[in-house]
Amino acid sequence: MIEFHLDDRSGVSPYLQLVQQVRRALRLGLLREGDRLPTVRDVVAQVTINPNTVLKAYRELEHAGLVTARPGAGTFVTATLADATLTAAYGPLRQDLRRWLAKARLAGLADEDIEALFMTTFQSATQEDIA
Amino acid sequence: MTPVLRARALGKMYKQRWALTGCTLDIPAGHVTGLVGPNGAGKSTLLNLAAGMLTPTSGTIEVCGGRPGSGPAQLAKVGFVAQDTPTYPGLTVADHLQLGARLNPGWDDALARHRIKRLALDPARPAGKLSGGQRAQLALTLGIAKRPELLMLDEPVAALDPLARREFLQDLMDAVAEYGLSVVLSSHLIADLERVCDHLIVLVGSKVQVAGEVEDLLAVHHRLSGPRRDLSTLPANQHVISASHTDRQTTLLVRTDDPILDPAWSVGRLSLEDLVLAYLSRPAEPGHDHRPAREVVR
Repeated sequence: MIEFHLDDRSGVSPYLQLVQQVRRALRLGLLREGDRLPTVRDVVAQVTINPNTVLKAYRELEHAGLVTARPGAGTFVTATLADATLTAAYGPLRQDLRRWLAKARLAGLADEDIEALFMTTFQSATQEDIA
Repeated sequence: MTPVLRARALGKMYKQRWALTGCTLDIPAGHVTGLVGPNGAGKSTLLNLAAGMLTPTSGTIEVCGGRPGSGPAQLAKVGFVAQDTPTYPGLTVADHLQLGARLNPGWDDALARHRIKRLALDPARPAGKLSGGQRAQLALTLGIAKRPELLMLDEPVAALDPLARREFLQDLMDAVAEYGLSVVLSSHLIADLERVCDHLIVLVGSKVQVAGEVEDLLAVHHRLSGPRRDLSTLPANQHVISASHTDRQTTLLVRTDDPILDPAWSVGRLSLEDLVLAYLSRPAEPGHDHRPAREVVR
């Protein structure tokens, strides 16, 4: 069973944090089809959160077709996000990234420079996609 | 959905001073609403008006569809835990439960006894001899066992240590999950409310600065930082809540329903605390200030 935690400083709303934690667990294979999610009261006790927030997160997951609520029984995982073709792509991409990192270090960039460069490039690329 | 609390141009004057003025609000049912503002903003006045402990000087207020304090049926619908979670120091825990049972037609005795047992409170102990956390839990027990539609709590955790605070809020949320009651709780510290509220009202100087679902509020507020910029060049749909400049850089907190497209900005998320603080420190907008001048009557 998944155990939730909340980061108060992340700026991500509690409801979205719950959704993301389930999605991540599904992607990593930590949650599988047939697994039951904790009850609303369990989550409330675990992380001191508003029950409406938990319900909202579960509804969103249900809407996305990832879980199903069975009245009286609980909320169950009905799909997986662990995509074999995606996982297969991780290896080569990581290798490319390592090569690029080595190149950046060789050019004299410190860790912070690398992070700033990556984030600005990532953001502008994302924004170009939106625009 | 019908609001659990509806205020229209509500005001309260003590002697010569307005404690609350022009307050227009709708608090939806089924939510946990945080009422945030600095000390003296009018939070306690608003809650006392809603509980029927005070009568308005101007405007109207309706709670659970009725006028606060208008009769036994109305009183049964609303629970109120006043500031500093008051109890009777000379009366024992058991006395408090008996009092609760006598005074409240909808009293849930099994619930009250179960809670006292789980909290390991000695029924024979006078409330005056309980710790602050235990006293708060006793007051919360009375508020929940009354089985109200709306439970209001005025600064319930301000005096508690962090562990007692966490336990108190946990029990309150458990009651929300179990009984589906609506809750309004006030605090001058947003950090106390961040996890438990799904609806937020920021009250400053008797005026509602911002109100809405926490989720929606977080989605429409952004922190922008970038090269120094004249604010008049911003798109019309971006409302600046706060701005600070150095000679080269500008940092803004804006409210907008649309995506931020300008590549000059780096866009950051806000925590609820940042958002609230920005509104708390915002100077009153010229031309939008309907407050009777408090300063004049002092």
